[in-house]
Amino acid sequence: MRELEALARAAAGLAAGTAEAEAARQLQICNACRYCEGFCAVFPAMTRRLAFSRADIHYLANLCHNCGACLHACQYAPPHEFAVAFPQAMAKVRVRTYQDYAWPAACGALYRRAGLVTALSLAGAIAFFLAMAATTGPQAVTGADFYTVFPHRLLAWVFGTAFAFALFALSMGLRRFWRDVSPAIDVPTADRPLLAKARAPATAEAALDAARLTYLGGGHGDGCTNADDRYSLARRRFHHLTFYGFVLCFAATCVATFDHFVLGLHAPYPLASWPVVLGSTGGAGLLAGPAGLLWLSARRHPLQGDPAQRPMDRGFITLLLLASATGFALLVLRQTPSMPLALSIHLGVVMALFVTLPWSKFAHGFYRCAALLKHAVEKRLPVRSHSARD
Amino acid sequence: MIDVLVVGGGNAALCAALTAREAGASVLLLEAAPREWRGGNSQHTRNLRCMHEAPQDVLQEAYPEEEFWQDLLKVTGGATDEKLARLVIRASSTCRPWMARHGVRFQPSLSGTLHLSRTNAFFMGGGKALVNAFYRSAQALGVQVRYGAPVDAIEMDGGRFAGARVGGERIEARACVLAAGGFESNREWLREAWGRNEWGEWPADNFLVRGTRFNQGTLIKRMMEAGADIVGDPTQAHCVAIDARAPLYDGGIVTRVDCVSLGVMLNRYGRRFYDEGEDFWPKRYAIWGRLVAQQQGQVGYCVIDSKAVGRFMPPVFPGECAQTLPELAQQLGLPEENFMHTLQEFNAACRPGTFDHTVLDDCATAGLEPPKSHWALPIDTPPFYGYMLRPGITFTYLGLKTNEDAAVHFGGRPSPNLFVAGEMMAGNVLGRGYTAGVGMSIGTAFGRIAGQRAAQACKQGALHA
Repeated sequence: MRELEALARAAAGLAAGTAEAEAARQLQICNACRYCEGFCAVFPAMTRRLAFSRADIHYLANLCHNCGACLHACQYAPPHEFAVAFPQAMAKVRVRTYQDYAWPAACGALYRRAGLVTALSLAGAIAFFLAMAATTGPQAVTGADFYTVFPHRLLAWVFGTAFAFALFALSMGLRRFWRDVSPAIDVPTADRPLLAKARAPATAEAALDAARLTYLGGGHGDGCTNADDRYSLARRRFHHLTFYGFVLCFAATCVATFDHFVLGLHAPYPLASWPVVLGSTGGAGLLAGPAGLLWLSARRHPLQGDPAQRPMDRGFITLLLLASATGFALLVLRQTPSMPLALSIHLGVVMALFVTLPWSKFAHGFYRCAALLKHAVEKRLPVRSHSARD
Repeated sequence: MIDVLVVGGGNAALCAALTAREAGASVLLLEAAPREWRGGNSQHTRNLRCMHEAPQDVLQEAYPEEEFWQDLLKVTGGATDEKLARLVIRASSTCRPWMARHGVRFQPSLSGTLHLSRTNAFFMGGGKALVNAFYRSAQALGVQVRYGAPVDAIEMDGGRFAGARVGGERIEARACVLAAGGFESNREWLREAWGRNEWGEWPADNFLVRGTRFNQGTLIKRMMEAGADIVGDPTQAHCVAIDARAPLYDGGIVTRVDCVSLGVMLNRYGRRFYDEGEDFWPKRYAIWGRLVAQQQGQVGYCVIDSKAVGRFMPPVFPGECAQTLPELAQQLGLPEENFMHTLQEFNAACRPGTFDHTVLDDCATAGLEPPKSHWALPIDTPPFYGYMLRPGITFTYLGLKTNEDAAVHFGGRPSPNLFVAGEMMAGNVLGRGYTAGVGMSIGTAFGRIAGQRAAQACKQGALHA
């Protein structure tokens, strides 16, 4: 198969031994087979092409949700000598996307030490808040008032900055990615009006596909595979719990900020208030979701995804889980003398999550949405290769 | 003792095992291949030909019984049994809900297969996904499955099945279904069947096998020795011209090269030998295996120019590519003088017309032998591409004679408890030729019949005992 590999590489102009060259080799096989077309968006997007450029490969890799259906259905999967392990090839390219498009560029290297980065950020952030709490001194702490430990203004400023920076850094990466994969790049002038017409419906479709995780449904709606060829909706559901849990927690923070600055209502908020209701509902999702995802990750077939990326995957999921768990602990302990300790740990975890966001697995959502958008746009444009049409 | 023993592990075997289990029998399935290679040739399939009177989920318009039958009659040239063929056709119209209950999912016809969107229901993920679904269902229903268990002998008691042997182990059962595939992976047998040609070559030595390496035909041979009635001709096989770089086994669908009708096909002497544009490619691809097998060295070279690129399914192996025809001849290792003479003669013979690959167009050669009847365009636009092709065997037609009960016959009498399904009996319906998806229709119909009858035979056997 060395010959096949070399030919595919030469065709795509990719450097030997890279994740992209291996993906191109497998795509060449998949494009001659096409049995998996119904599973997801990747294969219909593939059949629109005869050769695969680096940008095409990064686009397809991020369109792949790693549902694994194609691995188990593949007649060319190992031990076949063609050794097609498509979800793994796509996963190996995806981490390259996160690295290559990271902003600032030097921070892309952090993906190579994802486990270490997570652990150090966590330890550092918790130590930071514990040290600050120690300097405040316990005598000043009254009841459940967090702001006697850390002034509200300080917290709002520190966390606001960290989160805003994370979004900025990720949007910079996304911009660079879009510059390479935008469907506008290779649209012939004749198709420009079609492109303009496609934008609105495509955006709506992509948003819906992202919000529903359409492509974790396996095409038939039975779900995706994990340990073996069995389909299950578990992954889609745990991801929904995680994502919408995160969204609710974020909403809780926004409402609390509004209450504080606009309405002059200060924490701690009563149990029946919006910040607590949103936060604890979201928090429950952020407990169950990441726990489920970790459980699935531990059982995943080694060829479905890239085992080398486990520190990145599990590090990020663990931070989400810890953020929620320490939040609940704080809710329980907020009337006790342990409150400053619990608060410092919770804030440390959240800060670790925020500072690592731009160079963590969190990035996958951004590139995934961009790929979904591109797919939704290009499927509304005519196909250039005859063999894709028939 | 187990009720029903199923020998084989592909679609027909699984259909038999599931049906027998549903009928209440205890079932043991013996798959010769290890777990990772299970499923026989079914793992390389992609659809099943289905009769239907109205549009269905993944099937357009209608494909009535009579049309299906006429198609079958045409491709087999009459080498079929109408009663059994119509049984298969009718079963194909009702089997899909049953398959879906056992976890098989369907998808619309694949891009590049528009011509099948009316007649063939595609399995989502292909045949291996189908096989996986059936194994999962079998496991859930309590069918016992053993991998790496090739049956090498069947013990008969008159016309009754008595037991099977796997190595030194003897397995008894009240009834047995044989669904272990043809003999296409048995190199010795192929060699013997094809014999020597006029140049003293053994053509079968240069054949590649598109499917599993486990279809050794052991049980066909054992049943022949036991005096079972046989159908089909051992020298007949479904044979396609595939890329010469394909692996010896399990190359499957991707090794085909679909640009023959867009270019010219040469032999090792650089000469054309058949009309490349005789008919639509889906109707003609299956003749090229035999045509190439009849050439010296069992090799053919398909040459196209850049006008053809993008008009056919992308092949898995990129072709040899050159900016000039003499360079291409060198790269392909063909005698340059003959090659150039053939190409120049062909180019000069192409009559102007309106090229359209979707119809039998008017681009034909004039005064050329052999002619190219359609899609004949001069090969004149660089870069030029060439593919070396070899015969690729899909399956063999030799099998056991059977009836509408799927019974194995001895001297014209059906066995009360030995049944057959799949490739091992497909020759009853498909004595020659092929049309897409019909092998899976036969395997599914007869697999289910065999499973049903085997379960019944157990009950009847119990009453008699």
